[in-house]
Amino acid sequence: MSADERVLTYPIPNDAALDPPAEWAELRARCPVAHVTLPSGDRATLLTRYKDVKQVLADPRFTRLLNAPDAARLTADGGGVFSGEMAAIIPDGGEEHQHWRRLVGRWFTAKRMNAMRPAMTRIAEDLVDDMVKRGAPGDLRASLGFPLPVYVICDMLGVPAADRDRFSYWSDTLLNLTRYGKAETEAAQGEFFQYMSDLVAAKRAEPGDDLLSELISAGGPEEGGLSELQILVTGMALLVAGHETTANMIGKMVAMLLADRSRWERLLADPSLIRTAVEESLRFDANAGFGLPRYLTAEIEVGGTILPRGTTVICSMAAANRDETVFANAAEMDLTRSPNTHLAFGSGAHSCLGQALARTELQVVLEVLLRRLPTLELAVPVEKLERVEGLAVGGLREVPVRW
Amino acid sequence: MKVIVDEAKCCGAGQCVLTAPEVFDQREEDGVVVLLQPAPAEDLHAAVREAAAMCPGAAIRLDEDA
Repeated sequence: MSADERVLTYPIPNDAALDPPAEWAELRARCPVAHVTLPSGDRATLLTRYKDVKQVLADPRFTRLLNAPDAARLTADGGGVFSGEMAAIIPDGGEEHQHWRRLVGRWFTAKRMNAMRPAMTRIAEDLVDDMVKRGAPGDLRASLGFPLPVYVICDMLGVPAADRDRFSYWSDTLLNLTRYGKAETEAAQGEFFQYMSDLVAAKRAEPGDDLLSELISAGGPEEGGLSELQILVTGMALLVAGHETTANMIGKMVAMLLADRSRWERLLADPSLIRTAVEESLRFDANAGFGLPRYLTAEIEVGGTILPRGTTVICSMAAANRDETVFANAAEMDLTRSPNTHLAFGSGAHSCLGQALARTELQVVLEVLLRRLPTLELAVPVEKLERVEGLAVGGLREVPVRW
Repeated sequence: MKVIVDEAKCCGAGQCVLTAPEVFDQREEDGVVVLLQPAPAEDLHAAVREAAAMCPGAAIRLDEDA
């Protein structure tokens, strides 16, 4: 059977926690436009070359919405974050999308992120202190990676600290494609929806200095603002998008830097490399999860192949980020790589809204860890690190460390 | 070097501000790029090239001959 005819199972099974599956290099070289079978049994088209992934992601005509009748379902019960009624409430294209993005985007500027840096640093320091108090070995994922982004996003949304753990659970049920059944996912969505309705009502009655209050103060759609439902779903979407992605990336970044401890030592010797080290961690992450699906509403040519209208494409940014034709020594983690034009946050009009937030959180975590715990090391051999299964976002189950 | 920004393509990622803060800023109200220096001095060219390469919206264009 030739490479073109075979149908791969997607996600591609891979036991190694930090290394890419062997199939990526093979696909980029011989079968850049590949047929795959999704967990639902539906067929889709997988892209692995940098140029192709970027072309589709940057094309504003194609979006994440998979609710067309002929779109591939990711899982058998069709659940998950990429489908369903809620995904359709935030405008996903054209001027309406841009309007939404700009209303929310003011909360994610570089300047605002810099202003949030001292508060983030304090959160990170407190979490590290708590981990140290509990004694080594500790789990960096549970102690620092998971709590930090949810605390930060809860602060942005004006959610009381006491409710952070519930947010964490709701976010997990929405992003996990296989761990929870449809009933549990729907129940969690219902609770989350109710919570956010109450929160938006509370902010309307008593505005605070937070994102939800400001979206409310912009008025309704007729005044250039968002509808009640859009505000509510925006709050939910920001939590889901801003939590588990960054939470897992914190654990993976630290694991990658400690897997070869000369990387950690290099950063200790020269902390000015933190910024480029974060970018390289994002590029090098081979356990990035599902990738981004796109439903083609028009025929396009990708990598010399015509893809008909109605095709569901899976863009593997992680495979594209290892493309040797774009990144010299792509299989090496180079903490000084610059410019680093990785696609971890996508590309174009739909690229990650919260990328400046994620970057700042990752930089802060790294800065605090290097300063507070210079002797940090993995408490298990790299081979013992295990992947989280079933998430749209890839991660490690635990990141055991000592110091 | 002449720098041209396309506001319509800008997605407010803020990468340019982080890379070349002398040349780029973002509008307070919506995060859209603001060009501070359309003809930056030579010592800023490397940073501006990096900002253009990193821009996820491909909203920064450089005319190197200008």
